[in-house]
Amino acid sequence: MFVGAVFFPLLGATLAGFFGRWLGDRLSMWVSVGCMVLAAICGVSAFVEVGLHSAPRTITISEWINVGGLSVDWALRYDTLSAMMVGMVTFISTFIHLYSVGYMSHDATPPRFFAYLGLFTFAMLMLVTADNLVQLFFGWEGVGLASYLLIGYWYDRESANRAAMKAFIVNRVGDLFFMLGMALTFWTFGALNFGDIFGRVEEMRSATFAGMPALEVISVLLFLGACGKSAQLGLHTWLPDAMEGPTPVSALIHAATMVTAGVFLLARMSPIFEHAPNALTLVTIVGASTAFFAATIGCVQNDIKRIIAYSTCSQLGYMFFAIGVGAYQVAVFHLFTHAFFKALLFLSAGSVIHAMSDEQDIRKMGGIWTKIPVTYAVMWIGSLALAGIPFFAGYYSKDAILESAFAAHTGAGMYAFAMGLIAAFLTAFYSWRLLILTFHGRPRADHHTMEHVHESPAVMLIPLLVLALGALFTGAAFSDLFIGHHEREFWNGAIFNGEHNHIMHAMHEVPGWVPLAPTVIAIAGIALAYLFYMFAPGLPVRLAETFPAVHRFLLNKWYFDELYDAIFVRPFRRLAAVLWRTGDAKIIDGVPNGVAAVTVDAARGVARFQTGRVANYAFTMIAGLVVFVSVIFLGFTR
Amino acid sequence: MNAAGFPLLSLLTFLPLAGVVAILAIRGDEATVASNARWTALWTSLIVFGLSLILWARFDARVPDAQFVEQVSWLPEFGVNYHMGVDGISMLFVLLSTLLTPICILASWESVQNRVREYMIAFLVLETMMVGMFCALDLIIFYVFFEGVLIPMFLIIGVWGGQRRVYAAFKFFLYTLLGSVLMLLAILALWYHAGTTDIAGLMQHPVPVSWQYWMFLAFFASFAVKVPMWPVHTWLPDAHVEAPTAGSVILAGVLLKMGGYGFLRFSIPLFPDASAYFAPMMFALSVVAVIYTSCVAFAQDDMKKLIAYSSVAHMGIVTIGLFTFNQQGISGAIFQMLSHGVVSGALFLCVGVLYDRVHSREIARYGGVAKIMPAYALVFMLFTMASVALPGTAGFPGEFLVITGAWKSNGWVALGAAMGMILGAAYMLWLYRRVIFSKVTKAEVKALLDLSPRELAIFAPLILLTLWMGLYPSSFTHVWEASVAALVERHEAALAIPRLAGL
Repeated sequence: MFVGAVFFPLLGATLAGFFGRWLGDRLSMWVSVGCMVLAAICGVSAFVEVGLHSAPRTITISEWINVGGLSVDWALRYDTLSAMMVGMVTFISTFIHLYSVGYMSHDATPPRFFAYLGLFTFAMLMLVTADNLVQLFFGWEGVGLASYLLIGYWYDRESANRAAMKAFIVNRVGDLFFMLGMALTFWTFGALNFGDIFGRVEEMRSATFAGMPALEVISVLLFLGACGKSAQLGLHTWLPDAMEGPTPVSALIHAATMVTAGVFLLARMSPIFEHAPNALTLVTIVGASTAFFAATIGCVQNDIKRIIAYSTCSQLGYMFFAIGVGAYQVAVFHLFTHAFFKALLFLSAGSVIHAMSDEQDIRKMGGIWTKIPVTYAVMWIGSLALAGIPFFAGYYSKDAILESAFAAHTGAGMYAFAMGLIAAFLTAFYSWRLLILTFHGRPRADHHTMEHVHESPAVMLIPLLVLALGALFTGAAFSDLFIGHHEREFWNGAIFNGEHNHIMHAMHEVPGWVPLAPTVIAIAGIALAYLFYMFAPGLPVRLAETFPAVHRFLLNKWYFDELYDAIFVRPFRRLAAVLWRTGDAKIIDGVPNGVAAVTVDAARGVARFQTGRVANYAFTMIAGLVVFVSVIFLGFTR
Repeated sequence: MNAAGFPLLSLLTFLPLAGVVAILAIRGDEATVASNARWTALWTSLIVFGLSLILWARFDARVPDAQFVEQVSWLPEFGVNYHMGVDGISMLFVLLSTLLTPICILASWESVQNRVREYMIAFLVLETMMVGMFCALDLIIFYVFFEGVLIPMFLIIGVWGGQRRVYAAFKFFLYTLLGSVLMLLAILALWYHAGTTDIAGLMQHPVPVSWQYWMFLAFFASFAVKVPMWPVHTWLPDAHVEAPTAGSVILAGVLLKMGGYGFLRFSIPLFPDASAYFAPMMFALSVVAVIYTSCVAFAQDDMKKLIAYSSVAHMGIVTIGLFTFNQQGISGAIFQMLSHGVVSGALFLCVGVLYDRVHSREIARYGGVAKIMPAYALVFMLFTMASVALPGTAGFPGEFLVITGAWKSNGWVALGAAMGMILGAAYMLWLYRRVIFSKVTKAEVKALLDLSPRELAIFAPLILLTLWMGLYPSSFTHVWEASVAALVERHEAALAIPRLAGL
């Protein structure tokens, strides 16, 4: 069961990938779905066994690397944290596989798509069940590879290729810090498996590296690694571009699972982070800034998937600042609920795109809500959950995050609280902007497209409905378990809170207006969206005209791409050309080629002596003899 | 282990020469000679590979010292013996050589059509030289094999190479020879000092510290060119570009390792103080190599040149690892050398597959190959990922261990080595994107055929090894663990002596 949950997706990927040609498109799709169903059964029962019945365990498969004390195994660590992730990932991935059967039915090579999808799920499961940092890194890079392949799935599009490369390379920037973090962890703790690291945290509290507390440095390095995968401010640029991939991919990888790997890593390393207060402050500030920054951009984008992508980025910011204030449980809870409603939003966006004949620009939609009522309804549910409207899933987790930020009573915590509130307002605003522009108003698509608007087939609607149930009830059903008063029994040591860290209690004792504020603000955001896009559609245009600079700034995503292009990409290309054409070809090769040329010249010069005249030779010989004799003579006399 | 027993190493070394004799004996018209030469060479190299597997099977990894030792007096008046043996460090390099040779012969099956007999002879002689070099336990014997490698390689590039083959062959030959001359002087000096050229014997006579610096530099001159380290690397791209595919495979797979192996076998144990003294210089040159050549690789339009530059960057990781003087770093460096031998060899074969079909190495001539050759695209993807050190492939354990080891010496060096992760991904994916992805627009590409069974047979062992080394590296690292531990211990002890004397 525990092994099966991880390896069934790999089996499915192998079957679809290598035998897809013989199985045929339909069969290989259903084979991978079948494997995922098995994995989900295993995964969910693993969660029940480990999470609900408190039976953590580690299954060692084999040795991996063992060099001079650095020893890591291939092993599956099932504690509450990883069992919960396994259950969630296999469950959601199964429904996304199912959805893909419908979504990719007109594609040329569905077996390849399902092979990548299975590979991704396998890597993600290896990541969450890792019992050491190196295996976690294996999964980490594995999901990176799968994401690269899936973003670039339609490889005859240049934009997809560019986005895929960008995703991989930007992630690699984070991975560099992850790698260095592992190196420092090894030299600090003498081990890389979690059990040994966590066991020695206390004695290593005073360890230093280059004059700084080692635990702080490790935490910062790992956090920078997490920033890459979880698209935090600065390393977020790949995520919106990743929307070039097929929509189920966006739902699975760029919303529900892979991008949350950074949050998972930080929660997993909570025993270290708890001893690194400065690193946590950094996490809080970066997370809060990301939440705000991504939400502002989300308000002006016009591509339906990009809006949701920025929303993902923003929600990840929430999770990070929750971790920053020490409320790991809350962050993981938001990760859990977010996976359901964000996957739902992406899949329903996919359904819309499917209905609109592959149109993604919300300015060219509108007036279709009666034609695709199920999609419309589930998108509402997803948006309500995202906005944190009471009793939907997001309400429980997002409120708890803001409460814990408030309860932290630190400068960074208050900053996070403020940013979180503003972002909550913007989230509600752009979600309803999306809903209204997509479904309501006058149809803005051409006649031809409108004729073809149709509801998706059942194989796509079932996953939507299941995820909608998740977006409705996961919050209410699990909040007591994840962040309630008995959370300690549930987590069973998988997440560590230091002795000084009372945030899990304090968050329940904030002033009465704090839990109310997000809801009120979200409703205000929704109201504003209605005002702008339903009742007074001239207003946003006028606003954009009044503040053209702000609008351009947001529309161009705070100019991050342009900035990076100017300070990294173009100088790198120029440097590469200079180093090659000047450095290698002229300077380094110039020396030996020059020496060779001099030799050739010298040889020509010497060759001139070979005149063929005996007299010249005789003269040279005599001259040489004189020199020779005099050298010997002088040598002896001295 | 079997001092008086079966001379397995000599057999491994000289059996290819028997194949050479057999090939020379072939008579008949050109086609018969070519076909028989191919088969004879293939069978000879396969038998050698089979024998080397016995070597691996019977190797005792717990013993740090040399095994399968053979010693025959050769020039007793100079204290020079024919002394062969392998320890954990060299054993797998022997296997790498014996594995890549049959693969190279198979890879040249159809692409080499003129002077087939001579070509096969060159490869078998090359195998003798490579295996002999990794087995030699006497400096003079080592030097003979070390230099001997140059001759067949020079011919392979110069006779069967591309258009600028003569320039490339001479550049290759002169660069490497120039370094070797200095090494020869140092070897003579060592002999003068210790009265023996036996490596074990030399260990008994610690070289005075003041000598060490000069000797280190002399050996450095030779090995640095072979590795190749920045800035003496420019012979490599030229040699690779002009060499036939199989020549590139051996060049990248084995010849580059001779430099790293030399550092590990001679420079570090014989000159411990100088090694420690020059370590910062080695780090600096290596980090420059990693970053500089990665940048240069990015600017290439020629597939082979790009991979050649990537080799320089990867070997920079190796030299970083070697001079960390800790177990992780050195083990990582050895692992990186082996994995690079497999992976870059495979990448050159991948280029060769396209070259055989289109006769161009220019990246711009391709595009959208994935659509036409899906199996090839998958194989290429695997080796691309191995080259960028994706965990689970052969590239990762080496790089990871080196970075970890380097961190102990100096965090900045580790950062420099890790920069290779980003830059490596940039140039490899850029290559992959331009060749394999994007739309098919060129008629030449449309007419391509996917991998033939022969090509699949060439790639199969390399694919297997790439995954095996990535998923279960322990089966390789434990071979040299004892030897490396002994080496590190000896190094630390040697450094401790003057400090104690100073007290």
